[in-house]
Amino acid sequence: MLSIKNLSVKLAEEEKQILKGVDLEIEAGKVHAIMGPNGSGKSTLSYVLSGKGGYEVTDGTATLEGADLLKMEPEQRAAAGLFLAFQYPVEIPGVGNMTFLRTAVNAQRKARGEDEMSAADFLKVVRAKAKELKIDAEMLKRPVNMGFSGGEKKRNEILQMAMLEPKMCILDETDSGLDVDAMKLVAQGVNALRNAGRGFLVITHYQRLLDHIKPDVVHIMADGRIIKTGGPELALEVENNGYADILSEVA
Amino acid sequence: MPELAQKLSDLDAILAAHERPAQPWAAPTRAEALERLHAMGLPQRRDEYWKFTRPETLIQMPAPAAAIFDNDEAPLFEGMERLRIVFVDGVFDPEQSDDLTLEGVSIERLATVQSDLHWAKGLYGALEARGQMPVPRPFAALNTAVANDGVLLHVTGKPSKPISLIYVHESTTSDAILHHCIKLDAGTELTVLENGAAAARFNKVMEIDVADGASFHHIRAQGRDHERQAVTHMFARIGAEAMFKSFTMTVNGKLTRNECVIEMTGDNSAAHVAGVCVGDGDFHHDDTVFVTHDAVNCESRQVFKKVLRNGATGVFQGKILVKAGAQKTDGYQISQSLLLDGDSQFLAKPELEIYADDVACSHGSTSGAIDEDALFYLRARGISEAEATGLLTLAFLAEAVEEVESQPLRDALTTRLDAWLSRRQD
Repeated sequence: MLSIKNLSVKLAEEEKQILKGVDLEIEAGKVHAIMGPNGSGKSTLSYVLSGKGGYEVTDGTATLEGADLLKMEPEQRAAAGLFLAFQYPVEIPGVGNMTFLRTAVNAQRKARGEDEMSAADFLKVVRAKAKELKIDAEMLKRPVNMGFSGGEKKRNEILQMAMLEPKMCILDETDSGLDVDAMKLVAQGVNALRNAGRGFLVITHYQRLLDHIKPDVVHIMADGRIIKTGGPELALEVENNGYADILSEVA
Repeated sequence: MPELAQKLSDLDAILAAHERPAQPWAAPTRAEALERLHAMGLPQRRDEYWKFTRPETLIQMPAPAAAIFDNDEAPLFEGMERLRIVFVDGVFDPEQSDDLTLEGVSIERLATVQSDLHWAKGLYGALEARGQMPVPRPFAALNTAVANDGVLLHVTGKPSKPISLIYVHESTTSDAILHHCIKLDAGTELTVLENGAAAARFNKVMEIDVADGASFHHIRAQGRDHERQAVTHMFARIGAEAMFKSFTMTVNGKLTRNECVIEMTGDNSAAHVAGVCVGDGDFHHDDTVFVTHDAVNCESRQVFKKVLRNGATGVFQGKILVKAGAQKTDGYQISQSLLLDGDSQFLAKPELEIYADDVACSHGSTSGAIDEDALFYLRARGISEAEATGLLTLAFLAEAVEEVESQPLRDALTTRLDAWLSRRQD
């Protein structure tokens, strides 16, 4: 599904190498987790994959089902099936959440040559999915993420994911700023989307989220590289011993 | 005074070009306006009040020619229940206008009123004259001196539909001067709509006297006539417990200066002036607003938003003057521009002058580009850069558009703005 080979990235504006040759293969139906200390390049990886500006790819490739992601505009990557759940969802005053969702859904459908969703159908679907995530009608009416609590913002990300039905989902520290109940709700939303055709990349600092979204594969990232890959037990090891052991072991 | 002489050198040509109707009731007022004009002269670039906007093309004779704009869109307000009053190049057109009868308002044409006892005698030029202090507004004095057409509305009730002033531009060299007077009796209500390309050059004054408990709503659209030269003034006096709301949408035009002068003379009233403008290329748009609080517990709002691209210029000069004794004044002023490229500019001069000690006044002015984080967020959800920019631009304008109370009107204005944005993507 998502294939990353030797991906090397620096900041566009300064000579600072962030990713130093990342290799990652995520198969359809699998959940991969990336853990790692602050500054290891986890969020940069998610931004580069989704097409945020400010970075320069110096080497390597990233493809989604064989299509070269790095050559596409952000909106083309989204239409191709890539979704990033933001660590810090952006507040957009003046743009209604419903307008935003419907514009996004229809833009992607249009880009894929599909029919646009009618207003009535859209309303029906969005209401049902919002209900599962305990997002009330009032939140849907408000401007995008405006006045939302941290938990509401993250649930809104998952609602967008549910509406857009992407093939490959990247969750960038979706657990940050969430209390236990909110995290369970978000995890339920994610788990409901797990299926044989969809891949997940879950970026997190903590094992806690992985109790709720059980990964198939866990990677440890440090200094711009994947330094260790293992099963769910690797996350537990980090939880118990921190990153120090793994870092020294690799060094 | 050589400077003043120079300021007056163009005046004779302008006066010669505009024939005044013979109306004994208005003659003294016109003569006084002309005296005022002689005393102040026409504006020059070095005048402080014209620092950001060059007045030359508003003065030069003959007026700069302007191509007739071929509009393929349905006119704004089409399909709305309204009483239509049409002016073609600044001349009332009875053929295209509706029958001028509507319960709750008397409608007359300025050019045909002859009675020396007419109510308009007390209003015509009166608010304009008051509005000349402390800042001179020569084009308004010129207007009072020579305007030969316009509409006189005396509101005595609550008319069932808005009065819609529709301007039509048919001559590439027209130099139109219109003067409207609107008098709202106590407790009455009126909505006035204005739209359409008016003339190659257009000078318009609207005087509005809002009596106690009355409510006046004004929604204006200045169209896509790309070569428009326009200078307009609104002068409003607002009584107690009254409401005044004016909203203007300006799209393109080479030079547009809209002045709004409001005097709040009765307690517990509200005055809201808002505007959005979207401009491209050699577009120059100037909003100049002066609100005087001379009563207790009044609220005023100025909300202006401008979207500028390809070298367009936006100007905002806004003032709130709170006189001694105007306690509990709530004054708010915001002017913001969204610059879609580095060539466009926004020039703002927000001012507060306060002589009362128990007031809440705030003002803000900002100028910026599209929020890159918001743009990326929308694009990451599959929305194209052009569509995302459009959404964010409409969102930027929303605070001003929301000043329009009627939902259908808000929707019509938003649709029109959206069309402008999409057109610019082609």
